Amino acid sequence: MDKGKAVMGMGRRWAVDFTDSSTSPSSRDIPDPLGFARASQDQDDSTLSREKKNAEANWKSQKAWEVAQAPAKNLMMMGFMMWMAGSTVHLFSIGITVSALWQPLSALQGVGKVFEPYKDSKVDLLAPKLLFIALNLVGLGLGVWKLNTLGLLPTHASDWVSSLPPAQEVEYSGGGFL
Amino acid sequence: MAIRAFLLFLILLVSSYTTFALYEDQVGLMDWHQQYIGKVKKAVFQTQKAGRKRVVVSTEENVIAALDLRHGEIFWRQVLGVNDVIDEIDIALGKYVVTLSSGGSILRAWNLPDGQMVWESFLLGSNPSRSLLLTPANFGADKDNVILVYGNGYLHAVSNIDGDILWKKDLAQKGIDVHHLVHPEESGMLYALGVGDRFQFEAYVISVGNGELLKHSSMEFPGGFSGDLSLSTSDKAVALDSSGSILVTISFVGGEIKFQEVHISDLLQGFSGVAVLLPSKLAGMVAVKINRSLLFVKVKDEGTLEVVDTVPHVEAVSDSLSFAEGQTAFGLIQQDGGKIHLTVKSSDDWKTHFLKESIEVDQQRGLVHKVYINNYIRTDRTYGFRALIVMEDHSLLLLQQGAVVWYREDGLASIIDVTTSELPVEKAGVSVAKVEHSLFEWLKGHLLKLKATLMLATPDDVAVVQRMRLQSAEKSKMTRDHNGFRKLLIVLTRAGKLFALHTGDGRIVWSRLLNAFRKSGTCESPRGLKLHQWQVPHHHALDENPSVLVVGTCGHNSDAPGILSFVDAYRGEELNYLAPVHSITQVIPMPFTDSTEQRLHLIIDAEGYGHLYPRTLEAVGIFQKELGNIYWYSVDVNNNRLKGHVVKKNCKPEIADGYCFESSDLWSVIFPSDSEKVIATSTRKLSEVVHTQAKVVAEDVLYKYISKNVLFLATVTPKAIGDIGSVIPEDSWLFVYLVDTITGRVLHRMSHHGCQGPVHAVFSENWVVYHYFNLRAHRYEMSVVEIYDQSRADNKDVLKLVLGKHNLSAPVSSYSRPEVMTKSQSYFFTHTVKTIAVTSTAKGITSKQLLIGTIGDQVLALDKRFLDPRRTLNPTQAEKEEGIIPLTDSLPIMPQAYVTHALKVEGLKSIITIPAKLESTTLVFAHGVDLFFTRLAPSKTYDSLTEDFNYALLLLTIVALVIAIFVTWIWSERKELQEKWR
Repeated sequence: MDKGKAVMGMGRRWAVDFTDSSTSPSSRDIPDPLGFARASQDQDDSTLSREKKNAEANWKSQKAWEVAQAPAKNLMMMGFMMWMAGSTVHLFSIGITVSALWQPLSALQGVGKVFEPYKDSKVDLLAPKLLFIALNLVGLGLGVWKLNTLGLLPTHASDWVSSLPPAQEVEYSGGGFL
Repeated sequence: MAIRAFLLFLILLVSSYTTFALYEDQVGLMDWHQQYIGKVKKAVFQTQKAGRKRVVVSTEENVIAALDLRHGEIFWRQVLGVNDVIDEIDIALGKYVVTLSSGGSILRAWNLPDGQMVWESFLLGSNPSRSLLLTPANFGADKDNVILVYGNGYLHAVSNIDGDILWKKDLAQKGIDVHHLVHPEESGMLYALGVGDRFQFEAYVISVGNGELLKHSSMEFPGGFSGDLSLSTSDKAVALDSSGSILVTISFVGGEIKFQEVHISDLLQGFSGVAVLLPSKLAGMVAVKINRSLLFVKVKDEGTLEVVDTVPHVEAVSDSLSFAEGQTAFGLIQQDGGKIHLTVKSSDDWKTHFLKESIEVDQQRGLVHKVYINNYIRTDRTYGFRALIVMEDHSLLLLQQGAVVWYREDGLASIIDVTTSELPVEKAGVSVAKVEHSLFEWLKGHLLKLKATLMLATPDDVAVVQRMRLQSAEKSKMTRDHNGFRKLLIVLTRAGKLFALHTGDGRIVWSRLLNAFRKSGTCESPRGLKLHQWQVPHHHALDENPSVLVVGTCGHNSDAPGILSFVDAYRGEELNYLAPVHSITQVIPMPFTDSTEQRLHLIIDAEGYGHLYPRTLEAVGIFQKELGNIYWYSVDVNNNRLKGHVVKKNCKPEIADGYCFESSDLWSVIFPSDSEKVIATSTRKLSEVVHTQAKVVAEDVLYKYISKNVLFLATVTPKAIGDIGSVIPEDSWLFVYLVDTITGRVLHRMSHHGCQGPVHAVFSENWVVYHYFNLRAHRYEMSVVEIYDQSRADNKDVLKLVLGKHNLSAPVSSYSRPEVMTKSQSYFFTHTVKTIAVTSTAKGITSKQLLIGTIGDQVLALDKRFLDPRRTLNPTQAEKEEGIIPLTDSLPIMPQAYVTHALKVEGLKSIITIPAKLESTTLVFAHGVDLFFTRLAPSKTYDSLTEDFNYALLLLTIVALVIAIFVTWIWSERKELQEKWR
């Protein structure tokens, strides 16, 4: 998703919009010259810009979908890495698991940012966003699952009682040989 | 939670690779070993013609040792068994040390230069009698040298070359008690003098060559004899009559007995009371003790007695010593305050003093008990004398030329009990004796170490490093340290002396002969019993010094009056003592302290009344609140009964004061006397800390039954009480019990058929490990019993546990009768065991090790993991991960697991473990005749860097890295600049 964003940014570092979309009343006050049919030109202009806009929206939504699907590829790689890491606790498996947990989390935090470049009134970003979130959640789930297989999740009773101090005794007794 | 689980896992992981062994250069870094011999009973000097001047001693701890006369060091030492009491010791042929032990039945010869045993003879006999040893200097023309031994009613002549018995003669049948063997010089005859039936003086004349009885004569003395015969010359003996007022001179030349009586009142004007004949052998004289003075009486040739002198306040008299030109001398010790007056007198001429000296001796050594003298030739060809003295605190001193040349603290060979005390906190005001290092020295040391690690050091450097490590000032400081390694070990010895030893290097910080434990009119034979921590200040009472409570008794009966003494642990001052008080049978430290952090102690007397200490109203107030919850039990071996009592209410005012409490009997467990006999018990240590009540088993959890009120008790069939092998396996049963001491409920009972004691057991957390002999397998076995609480087993709902909706931490009562489950397993074990202990750590997280005191006087560390009842032949993958070892029939003994490495703690009696502040580490103190102290980390030191961690290397690396960072940064800046200008 970072890549997508970067490409977008690179391609359009700056842009000047020459289409006059001004509908300010000041220009409206001046009557049109004779023979000038505003409506047709208006139409012409608008069709042109609409097309352009449509293309851009399409492109944006396409890109948004692409970005939304990006975690899926990541997921595959993560899965492979995890499989490689095995189920014993050591530096490598810990590192993999932590990154597997951290990546989706940071991605989820920055959902808004990731999809900002594709923000458009015509583009419905909800669906890609949801997909993005869902895929990241799957990634997170994968991480948690890995954590569990490593035995680092407190899901057993033993995790909760292992540090429980012994109960106090009411009675006290001492003694020995006579 | 996850982190904790992870950490635990890490600990497990680390512990699974535990190694115990030390490298050679680590010996002495954190351990120390001290050798002692015990209170000297007999001493024989060997100074003639010997390159190294030495004295050979036998002691009450059954040690034979040759000591260097110059420095008091041990040349060699042999420690005999506990039952092999040394009776007599002598030097034969100038090259053998001959010892007679075990009531006159074992005669051994040891090589004088190195202490190797040369020969050993077993002298059999039937009637126990006194044992006498006579090693005549020479038999004139006789070539074969003979040692004459009287023991068990038999007279033996033993060749001193090879220990062969040349002849033996039964004297027991005649029913006499032989007191002396006399061998007049240059004759082939031997006199055996004794008393038969209290009135008969008997003399046997026996041929030394073949043991033939040449003559037997006896004569009745109507007054009767009391005490020993004293031999003044080789043909006359002196005895006291049964009233203790008449001295009898007995002449027995050639077997002709003649009596000559003298009333002591005739010798000494105004004599009254009872006289005692001293056993010292003084040439031509006898010493009679009357009240506190000593009467020296000369025995004249015709048998008449003549008083030579009366000397007041004599503490000890030596035997007479004959030296050149037929002179004889003896030593006499008088004492006042801290001064010892040594007088060496001639036996022939009373007026002659060979020596008269006054020597200042530490008052804490008490009175002189024994003195042995020896002569040497001064440079000006005159005779000088040295005296070896044994003090009341069992220490050994050599006096020569008016000074104490050396001393040995041999009281430490007989430690009764041990406790510990923290050292003072380091403060600005507290002077810490010049042990601080300058930073420069510290750095220099580390640089040297660095050189050593990088293999650049010269041998000299290596030696310096090694010395630095061994004498690290850090470990012998007199203040508390972070890790809690530095402590005071407070030990009570049999002599009634209290020592404080520093754990860093084992030096004596202070010592005190307790006034309460000295012999007095009200207390005839004082004896220490126990040592308890009385006041352990922390929090609000930090300014006060900690103190210990010393408990003792005045006699050997259970109803003898007791002694209580309170001693400051820093200065060693006796703060207070109560003696004699009520009798003492049990001392029960309570889990409560008062506002000055004094621990409440309940002392049970012989009548079963409890006495509360400290005697303050506050303590009574605290105690009253808990009344009804305080129980005590007693194991009555004679009646084969275990009884439980509850402390109920104050005693009736007519019996005692307000600090006395009555208790009533609650329950009793009576063992059938025809099938069971109690031989051992064990309980948990009061100070033991348990980290958790749960034991995680794969995915599951087991709840330990953790109660301080459980007693382990072992019984055997009465037939099997004796030694191993005295009973056939079919007749021998061993029963073990786990008994709740509050309710008397038997939690677990198990029987081992064909097994026998002695049983050594150790109880910790929820498990007991015990050691016994299996008669069928002809091997020792060790068993483990673990006890789990079933009533808690259904606490397995994670959600409930997360929300805290469980009653696992609610206070429990023994009356709730929880269901218990036990698991047990047995294994063969190679060693005979003297004692077992278990490591203890500050928080109880670290895994445990058993410390086994073997018959070879070494301490073996054995992981508790080997004694896990969950071991199976083929553990599953999960169990393997958990660290369960596949089951084997015997416990492995790894040579590296000896805590004492190459050393021996001779006469090992007990092993004490003390938790350090550092969770991974436990301090171990083993004592017997020797002392040994070390530090153990059962799961390795996972919470600290090792001692030899190289800080200099770390520092160097950090500095190098920082420099590298700067350099590369400058480089990169420069490069970037160049790029930009391009």
